[in-house]
Amino acid sequence: MAELRPVRRSSTGPPLTGLICVFLLVFVSVASASRDVGNNETRRNAAGEAPEDSHHQTNSTAHKKAFPVLSLNYDHVRKPFEIALWILLALLMKLGFHIIPRVSNVVPESCLLIGVGLLVGGIIKAIREEAPVLDTKLFFLYLLPPIILDAGYFLPIRAFTENMGTILVFAVVGTLWNAFFIGGMIYGVCQIEGTQLASVDLLSCLLFGTIVSAVDPVAVLAVFEEIHINELLYILVFGESLLNDAVTVVLYHLFEEFSHAGTVTVADAFLGVICFFVVSLGGILVGAIYGLLGAFTSRFTSHTRVIEPLFVFLYSYMAYLSAEVFHLSGIMSLIACGVTMRPYVEANVSHKSYTTIKYFMKMWSSVSETLIFIFLGVSTVAGPHAWNWTFVIVTVVLCLVSRVLGVIGLTYIINKFRIVKLTKKDQFIMAYGGLRGAIAFSLGFLLTDNEMKSMFLTAIITVIFFTVIVQGMTIRPLVELLAVKRKKDSKGSINEEIHTQFLDHLLTGIEDVCGHYGHHHWKDKLSRFNKTYVKRWLIAGERSTEPQLISFYNKMEMKQAIMLVESGSAAKLPTLMSSVSMQNIQPRESARGRAIPSISKSREQEIRKILRGNLQNTRQRLRSYSRHDLFIDPFEDNVSEVRFRKQRVEMERRMSHYLTVPANRQETPLVRKVCFEPEHRVYTYDDSERPSPPDAVNLLSESPPRPNQSGKLGAKVPDQDQEEQDQLKLSRCLSDPGPNKEEDLS
Amino acid sequence: MGALQSLPGHPEYVDLAEKTGFSYQQIGVLHKRFKRLSHNEETLLREHFSKIPDLECNPIRSQITEAFFDRRNFRQNGEGTVEEIGFEEFLVVMSHFRPPSLHMTEEQRESVRRNKLRFLFNMHDTDNDGTITLEEYRHVVEELLSLSGTLEKDTAKSIADAAMLEVASISMGHMEPDEFYEGITFEHFLRLLNGFEIESRMNVRFLNMDATTLCK
Repeated sequence: MAELRPVRRSSTGPPLTGLICVFLLVFVSVASASRDVGNNETRRNAAGEAPEDSHHQTNSTAHKKAFPVLSLNYDHVRKPFEIALWILLALLMKLGFHIIPRVSNVVPESCLLIGVGLLVGGIIKAIREEAPVLDTKLFFLYLLPPIILDAGYFLPIRAFTENMGTILVFAVVGTLWNAFFIGGMIYGVCQIEGTQLASVDLLSCLLFGTIVSAVDPVAVLAVFEEIHINELLYILVFGESLLNDAVTVVLYHLFEEFSHAGTVTVADAFLGVICFFVVSLGGILVGAIYGLLGAFTSRFTSHTRVIEPLFVFLYSYMAYLSAEVFHLSGIMSLIACGVTMRPYVEANVSHKSYTTIKYFMKMWSSVSETLIFIFLGVSTVAGPHAWNWTFVIVTVVLCLVSRVLGVIGLTYIINKFRIVKLTKKDQFIMAYGGLRGAIAFSLGFLLTDNEMKSMFLTAIITVIFFTVIVQGMTIRPLVELLAVKRKKDSKGSINEEIHTQFLDHLLTGIEDVCGHYGHHHWKDKLSRFNKTYVKRWLIAGERSTEPQLISFYNKMEMKQAIMLVESGSAAKLPTLMSSVSMQNIQPRESARGRAIPSISKSREQEIRKILRGNLQNTRQRLRSYSRHDLFIDPFEDNVSEVRFRKQRVEMERRMSHYLTVPANRQETPLVRKVCFEPEHRVYTYDDSERPSPPDAVNLLSESPPRPNQSGKLGAKVPDQDQEEQDQLKLSRCLSDPGPNKEEDLS
Repeated sequence: MGALQSLPGHPEYVDLAEKTGFSYQQIGVLHKRFKRLSHNEETLLREHFSKIPDLECNPIRSQITEAFFDRRNFRQNGEGTVEEIGFEEFLVVMSHFRPPSLHMTEEQRESVRRNKLRFLFNMHDTDNDGTITLEEYRHVVEELLSLSGTLEKDTAKSIADAAMLEVASISMGHMEPDEFYEGITFEHFLRLLNGFEIESRMNVRFLNMDATTLCK
């Protein structure tokens, strides 16, 4: 990839390079496929020759072979090599697309990946080799879980629970409607003479309807992620795609069983309904159990921080697999596990582990998604096809029609119960965003082999292509055309957090006054139950009693401290360009010339030593090297130090009002610069002209001219005295001495 | 509207419905609740509120109670507090939590937003001077954290300070070092919670209420 870097500067370079990339990769992938087959042959030959070889060896021991300096043994690493190669190629493709800027703006990534898959599949087929197919086991056990886990873990809980009723109605009733409508209508069409489809019976049609009706989470995620739609619509469509898994699983197994048996009785239908509840609630229960286990485990990991992320992943995967063992809904189990685990795990793990969890999840889900779409393309070319114009076109049309009708009908009913009604625009996006994807394909692949299977598969693939490519490509301009509300950039405002909590309590209180056991009342009861009983068991240390507002505040502080460290010696701090600081807010004390009692020199020394000592302690921890230990993170100490220093600077600002400062008020008061020193140096107050970043220790950056002024002022005043006086005042005025502040963040 | 027949002799409901926008059914339910809370008297006092069992676990119960007795919330441009309220005032205060109807023009939606935010503002601005000072805001945060057990006064203070800083920087932009930010005015408050979508969040469902539960 070294060639790409200089090329990027020229304008025509990137597209050309991207194209070269793509061709290169296609070529290599084909080569690997052909190499497999080649090796198969050599292996077969080798197996035949082996007995002969052994004879030769026993007969001719005198015939010594030369010691092989360099030998080729591909079989040894064949399987991992190919897997790694495929994944690498898939990711390089993804990389290539983003280098070609114009294309990635128009065409969503999923389409491009399918296209590449088609290309690769086509080439492989042209050389008449055997292409790797999207094996159902591979898909359901390895490729799907990371995506669902990523979605479930980062699910916006508040929006999800507020719209839970709507989501459930769409997922359950909507999917049922789709399945039966499509299945029934297809059966009706099949009965029309002249379409050569008379052999398709009702149950097969209904089975087909089930497979093709479910909205697919992978496709929805892939497309919606790029259009940044507002949270409500996102959670409605996405939540529906997650929760309809239970319905799909039940219906699929139901119809599969029945199509073997041939007839359906009322008892069977009744059992089907019960099965639905078992599947969905059972899945959620399994997930919740694993989630609580994971949270409980994370309580004890404070000494082995390195393996913390693994617990999250393993418990979630186990939840998925355990649910699949009993034919429960694996997706719902995974979601339940992620949702249950998250608040407790996040309170327990270190910041680094949190980042690791986040990035690994995103990484795995990204790889999975890429692989899924590429394999979809390859399988399309490879798979057995039976094209039947009527069937395919009717399917596509019916999918669209049933989705639109379903959404409109259900919204009409739901709007009677919703406070925030769904507008026509919302309904359109919901109907248009009902994409089908790889789950439908895999379920179709699972069908037992009969003459209709290839026809079904062809139709399913056409529907998938249509929704992903046509609808995926056009949804972005439509969203802009209809001016649908976009996701707003929330910058984690503490005011909004305060008011969110305030509003929660207010609404709960009003509901209590009304005598209404409503949504807020139960949410409040649940959170109180959580606080009194559950948190105590699942969260380590004092964090268990920390109220949400405080943890939010701490998180925000941490984020800003990190930003500070990372921007380090950079000239600008990317925050609000405002010159408002704490002193503008603190009410002015009336007594200006407050008498400051003097402290003896020795006491000053003591205090100064104590202050310095506290700072140094955190740096001078022994660091023994061990492969299994992360370095005792100097960063996390420094964060608390930065906070400490920030507060000190605030104190200084305030104190500077009381200092005997020259009378002319135009000059800015004496500002002590605080520097973020590298570790080997002892922290000192430094008054020289440093660039503005030290000032940026404040929550907001100061306007640039100030440091220069203070620098000039600083030169006038003798350093030593001021320093002593300042420290003096600081030591008195600090309400919380250093050590407590550092513990706060641990 | 069939509920009108089941409420014989309540012509005042028509007035109330017009004033507050509730339907007759909702007014009937709320009236039943009012009578229950006030033990069939004509007016509600503060003690009646303190007897509601669920309200005791609420960290901001005193502020909620005060909001009912605050004249600013009676939509009559009054000021100060009262000692007792009648059903009409009760209803007017409740009407702040009515969900907006589906078909509203932009101005109507904006005025609904202003009303709801005004209610919140009045709850914070306890001394009725038109601004939320730092002290008042600190009090808000302290109340929010009051039931959590660990009353860390300093953290509450620093949270309130940080929040105030944010408001100041959003509203004022640039301030000289010796300028003083008096407090959050209503306009600043509006701007602060601009993206909060309060008209869809500050709502309570009034219809499905069972007035026979709770309040002994």
